[in-house]
Amino acid sequence: MHELAVTQSLLEIALRHAEAANARRVTALYLVIGRLSSMVDDSVQFYWDTISAGTPCEGATLHFRRVPAAFACLACGTEYVLDGEMTPCPACGSARVRIVSGDEFRLESIDVEKA
Amino acid sequence: MTTNIPVVERILSANDRLAEQNRARLDAAGVFGVNIMASPGAGKTSLILRTIAALQLHLRLGVVEGDTAPVTLDADKVAAAGMPAVQINTGGDCHLDAVMLAGALPALPLETLHLLIVENVGNLICPAAFNLGTHLNVLIASVPEGDDKPYKYPAMYRGVGALIINKIDLLPYVEFNMDYFRRGVEMLNPGVVTFPLSCRTGEGVAEWAAWLRARAAQVKAV
Repeated sequence: MHELAVTQSLLEIALRHAEAANARRVTALYLVIGRLSSMVDDSVQFYWDTISAGTPCEGATLHFRRVPAAFACLACGTEYVLDGEMTPCPACGSARVRIVSGDEFRLESIDVEKA
Repeated sequence: MTTNIPVVERILSANDRLAEQNRARLDAAGVFGVNIMASPGAGKTSLILRTIAALQLHLRLGVVEGDTAPVTLDADKVAAAGMPAVQINTGGDCHLDAVMLAGALPALPLETLHLLIVENVGNLICPAAFNLGTHLNVLIASVPEGDDKPYKYPAMYRGVGALIINKIDLLPYVEFNMDYFRRGVEMLNPGVVTFPLSCRTGEGVAEWAAWLRARAAQVKAV
């Protein structure tokens, strides 16, 4: 599991941006995670509670926004959202597709309290 | 008063920055770096030994071996093949990251090398998330693992620049639908160069080695 490394990186990014904004406290983090990225929300939350203790991020809530995996068919242009297993284009059967979303793995924004 | 401030930063951005530094060090030394990823037992060390045998008359190679435990089995095999090898013991961690590779690079005579092969920890999930700064990510899929792996580990198949299908000598003996496998790969990574081969029989190894040699030559003339 690499959720500990992910959580440490989150803390570093949040603290850096909070300091740059002269914030006293971080109260929430908004994460955007695509379905094609592997991450276990519960583990991140568990590590977060431990490693954020004693920092301005202590007690901050983690909000996970999961983005579905969506493909666009290069043959006929149909866009479709994956529900479970990866499948070829439902309209024409082509496997020549482009990934439209699902790769996301970012910290979108944070809520802070200013001094 | 609560304010929302935009961040929009990739979560592993610190690793990404270190990976860029690794890349700069490799570029400065004229070394082509290759990150080899696969499940445990897919044939990472076997492929590295085959690659050394195929290329050692043409290129100077170095190897970084990532292992989760302090056993030097793989590094010993590479050193026995006469190549400079460094082992990274991840202490149980499931992947190599850019920091670990940065720590290993000074132990290698980079200036004298043409090609650096990094053997990642055997795992199809975690290594996909951590850039090392190498020029090429290679994934080894092996036939006995099954043809459904692209569907189950999309992030791994997304990020690779070359795909090796190892143990093709076992195709007559196991359930492996090559069309189904390749369709999954094609959806995630259209046009990725693929090398079906067998490290046991040597079939297909020459094509892979020739391709890799040509790629490495783009960094330092050989």
